[in-house]
Amino acid sequence: MTIVTILQNGRLIDPAGGVDVAGDLWLQDGVIVPAREHLPENNLVFDLQGKWIVPGLIDMHVHLRDPGEEYKETVATGTRAAAAGGFTAVACMPNTHPVNDNAAVTRFILEKARGASARVYPVGAISKGSSGEGLAEYGELKEAGAVAVTDDGLPVFDSQLMRRAMEYAGSHELLVISHSEEIALSRSGSMNEGVVSTRLGLRGIPVAAESIMVYRELALAELTGQRVHIAHVSTAAATDLIRQAKARGVQVTAETTPHYFTLTEEAVAEYDTNAKMNPPLRTEADRQAIREGLRDGTFDAIATDHAPHSVLEKELEFDQAANGIIGLETSLPLSLNLVRDGVIDVMRLVELMSTAPARILKVQGGTLAVGSVADITVIDPDREFTFTRESILSKGKNSPFLDWKLRGKAVLTIMGGRITHNEME
Amino acid sequence: MGNVKEIYRFRHKHILGIEQFSVADIFYILDTAASFKEISSRPIKKVPTLRGKTIINFFFEPSTRTRLSFEIAAKRMSADTFNIAASTSSAQKGETLIDTACNLEAMNPDIIIIRHSSSGVPSLLTRHVRASIINAGDGAHEHPSQGLLDLMTVREHKGKIEGLKVAIVGDIAHSRVAHSNIVGFTKLGAEVRVAGPATFMPPYIESLGARLCGSVEEAVQDADVVMALRIQKERQDDPLIPSLREYSQFYGINRSLLRHARPDVLIMHPGPINRGVEMSPDVADGAGSVILEQVTNGVAVRMALLYLVMGSEGSRVG
Ligand SMILES: [Zn+2]
Repeated sequence: MTIVTILQNGRLIDPAGGVDVAGDLWLQDGVIVPAREHLPENNLVFDLQGKWIVPGLIDMHVHLRDPGEEYKETVATGTRAAAAGGFTAVACMPNTHPVNDNAAVTRFILEKARGASARVYPVGAISKGSSGEGLAEYGELKEAGAVAVTDDGLPVFDSQLMRRAMEYAGSHELLVISHSEEIALSRSGSMNEGVVSTRLGLRGIPVAAESIMVYRELALAELTGQRVHIAHVSTAAATDLIRQAKARGVQVTAETTPHYFTLTEEAVAEYDTNAKMNPPLRTEADRQAIREGLRDGTFDAIATDHAPHSVLEKELEFDQAANGIIGLETSLPLSLNLVRDGVIDVMRLVELMSTAPARILKVQGGTLAVGSVADITVIDPDREFTFTRESILSKGKNSPFLDWKLRGKAVLTIMGGRITHNEME
Repeated sequence: MGNVKEIYRFRHKHILGIEQFSVADIFYILDTAASFKEISSRPIKKVPTLRGKTIINFFFEPSTRTRLSFEIAAKRMSADTFNIAASTSSAQKGETLIDTACNLEAMNPDIIIIRHSSSGVPSLLTRHVRASIINAGDGAHEHPSQGLLDLMTVREHKGKIEGLKVAIVGDIAHSRVAHSNIVGFTKLGAEVRVAGPATFMPPYIESLGARLCGSVEEAVQDADVVMALRIQKERQDDPLIPSLREYSQFYGINRSLLRHARPDVLIMHPGPINRGVEMSPDVADGAGSVILEQVTNGVAVRMALLYLVMGSEGSRVG
């Protein structure tokens, strides 16, 4: 007889079913099963008084660096960090070496993901080698297991190519994810263009570098009648554009990240390269607009843009240092701050971190319905911890949240019925 | 309260920018520099103040003038100096700036004077070496010794800084000299105006304390000081101005423009001058030009900085 995992006395929160009740959840053979009257013989019971039981969190924007930059992260280490952060699945970006622009690389990643600590959904490239020229083979990518395409890390500068990508991806039912950046405006910059860049003497990346490209993507989605997903939105301007596009029926979804709703350009302080990412941290007005977008539904998902780097890329002159920060192990507590600050409620939080990403990527999970996959995250909303360098499971230690006191933690992560992370006391 | 007068003490181990200084700090540096200036006029221009100290000039950008000025300053104070001209290309060879800096630690320097094309490098070094760091110009950030020598020069001529009207004309956005001067003159109560084409203005320039003027005429109106900045040769990646010719026509400092300024206006330039571009030759060499005094005062200010960071030794670690 198989073991039945019984999560008892928790608060079940399931946006898919509109459920927020106290109760138990039974898992067997990798799926959610109905609770029965009597305890089965082989059981594993967790008493979850005061804890939340939610569908497994899904991070739809992660750089696993594998293959090619295994010194920064691997599928194994990245998914371990994911599980510790409460994630049961991650979508991994194709800017690896080689670029994931074909079925062989996609299969390689999925092979490495077998037995990993989280589900891995490879995202293929929009263009061959993410070179911005010629379409990658979406049909084969999809067959191999890719769930979306993007040239993330780089924008698609050729509008015709982006148009064709949307059309062709539509034919293969693949989502197009846009890294929206007008590179002519951004390439010489290393932080947000504003008061702080002027004080520090750093060349800036203006808001328009994002909003111009977001507008183009929306116009192309409208032109083609296809859907597009805007990644890592950082500005009030882009948030407004997406809100307006949604109002007129454009098939657009969008994500933002914990750093954009938590930090501002001030975090760069004395040239801290752990506060350097692309797009850059913006102003307080942008941060507030991002929070409003999370509240009013402009944003569908919270993703991390988890971008591990080693000190070789980060302990450098600010303008030479690599862009990006890790995020898997801080996303949940930082997002819980939105609930504590009254920006969103718990149901909406789970929607943003699980249900919506599953829906956008058209993957399993995101629900506690009977018969669904047993991908579950148990959250202790009050567990406090200090995010120390030593505690980080990701190979990358590049976080602007080092030594922050955080509140709220995944204490039990279950993927397909298997426990991938356990911090139950 | 009020009876105990706090004794001033210079507390800075590193000199990263004028931004870090209080008004008292700046006056203290200028007063110290004035006393060192006297040494430079002696027949034997040397004092033993920094005997036994090791100072490294660590320059990632070619700069004969600033490097020489620091070197003279160090030698007049009897310090041992070493010049290390590094190129940023060593980074491409796999050696990072931090690696190089850590190698310098082996020489056990007391002071590292650094010039680098990337903003923030002096600040980065303070986190990796034990020596005092003096910024000799970092990217478009600051050039504090230049700002201080400009303050010193103006103060010598005008007797004060407060209340003066200072016009800075040119490529403000890419000028660390402009940045340090705007911050320094503003701190001491001068009114700083900036002018130039909008392509030369950093965003939110007013946040540094300067007033953005719509024209050079407006900026130099009743000015006590007019400073022109060197125009860098045109940038490939970023079209800032159509030509030097057009720039000089609309933004160059010439005699007729200076009729708007006060009759005793001081003319300054951080050098080296592109004569006929940012400044006409008769202005650069004419009445009111203190460009050569700037060079002399540069040595005195740098002697003061070397002396003062060593004076704060009590706070040194390791
Ligand atoms: Zn991106």
